[in-house]
Amino acid sequence: MSSRLKTSAVNRHWRWFTNHMASALAVLATFLVIAPLVAIFVDLLYQGARSLDLNFFTKIPAPVGEPGGGMANSIVGSGVLLGLASLLGIPVGIAAGIYLAEYGRGTRLSYMVRFTADVLNGVPSIVMGIAVYALIVAPMKGFSAFAGGVALGIMMVPTVARTTEEMLLMVPHSIREAALGLGVPTWRAMLSITLKTAMPGVITGCMLAFARVAGETAPLLFTAFGNQFWSTNLNQPISALPLQIYVYALSPYDEWHRLAWAGSLVLIALIVIAVSLVRYVTTRGALKGAS
Amino acid sequence: MGVGIEVNNLNAWYGTNHTLLDITLHIPANEATALIGPSGCGKSTFVRCLNRMHETNPIGKVTGEVKVGGVDIYSDISAVEVRRRIGMVFQRPNPFPTMSIYDNVASGLKLNGFRNRRVLDEVVERSLKHAALWEEVKDDLKKKSGASLSGGQQQRLCIARALAVDPEVLLMDEPASALDPVSTAKIEDLIFQLKVQYTIVIVTHNMQQAARVAERTGFFLNGRLVEFDSTHKIFTNPGDKRTEDYITGRFG
Repeated sequence: MSSRLKTSAVNRHWRWFTNHMASALAVLATFLVIAPLVAIFVDLLYQGARSLDLNFFTKIPAPVGEPGGGMANSIVGSGVLLGLASLLGIPVGIAAGIYLAEYGRGTRLSYMVRFTADVLNGVPSIVMGIAVYALIVAPMKGFSAFAGGVALGIMMVPTVARTTEEMLLMVPHSIREAALGLGVPTWRAMLSITLKTAMPGVITGCMLAFARVAGETAPLLFTAFGNQFWSTNLNQPISALPLQIYVYALSPYDEWHRLAWAGSLVLIALIVIAVSLVRYVTTRGALKGAS
Repeated sequence: MGVGIEVNNLNAWYGTNHTLLDITLHIPANEATALIGPSGCGKSTFVRCLNRMHETNPIGKVTGEVKVGGVDIYSDISAVEVRRRIGMVFQRPNPFPTMSIYDNVASGLKLNGFRNRRVLDEVVERSLKHAALWEEVKDDLKKKSGASLSGGQQQRLCIARALAVDPEVLLMDEPASALDPVSTAKIEDLIFQLKVQYTIVIVTHNMQQAARVAERTGFFLNGRLVEFDSTHKIFTNPGDKRTEDYITGRFG
């Protein structure tokens, strides 16, 4: 073979250098991304775990000046609010995503829906709180869990809709044709084949939306309002972990700061548990070689 | 049993693009009919008109008459009913990726609300045997995804899936073009066996394949049916100069 294919020693060293340089930069960038996350997490774990005890999960907030107390009502309240939000936001979001990907392709309405969803996604969450205040809290003459659930639910819609749309568009056209070619009605092919094939991605979108609103405080300030006592009544103000953390973190008391840390840890842990649980349940029956 | 297909003055469009012009031909029952022609000549569009898949394209339009076993598929029955009677195998194997081998085969029945387990078991076994895939997959019917099989196996799975709904006609749109020679030979063997029960229409780019499997062959060019005759006649003594040019490789 010609000598052109042989590399000179200088060339080889230069390549070694640039290769390792590029790798080193990539590793450095990775660390820069992970470091703040790890720092926050470690601090949270340390501060939170130190302040966490059984009372946190069983007691409601103690009156000002009294020691002890917990956030049992906030944990349940967050559960109620997120349950309501998911119940409203996920079906509407998935239905809108299906419309965008399957039925409205190229229509004016789908363009408007997509644009609205993207704008809605960028609306500051406090604005969502004020909007729901005007739409629900003011006419009903009172803060309520229902209003809080609606505010969070609306915030879930754009994320769920857009990921559903994108996941459905990723399903190959040949799969749809296969279903139609078998004499399956269009709606059935849509639900049982296309949506089912896209399901793992759609679920990821729902979990993303869920995790995002689980930590929202601003939209709840004007809607669910918060509550120092037990309440699961949808017509009454309800407590939520982020609200309680917000109130406690701003307070002048060390005891309350301690509880705010514990609350943050519990909030994150509950989100991780909820997301992992959904993942586990939805991937349990996966087949060998399924894509 | 298979049934014959009568096509009269069939025209098809994609938007303003007139892709099929006045096609008239009669496909006999229980035979394999091959459609050949260069890319873009309209042969795929033609078979997609035979089971009303053409109209699933938003800009697709069809006029003319297609009678399958005497039933006008564009006026007497719904598109869904048509596709249940006329099965289709596509160019690229397209098993449902989230489903097991078993569910892939049973899908046509299950998705139409059929739930009897014992009958489903029978249908799945019979269809897989018919598609010459049973021996290779019988041990992991419900364990493996349809997508985990090799390309050739996937295509036979798709044939089994089409057979499971018990169609009268089987349309095959270049069923072996994405497969290696061994898998292609298996599919061709299959066509010979399937002819006994079904009427087969096969689109192919491979002229040897047409010559091997089909009793009759139609030659399409620029959206027109140039010639339709017995395969023997088409390949040995074509009536039209353009057919002769195509099969002797002078263009296309």
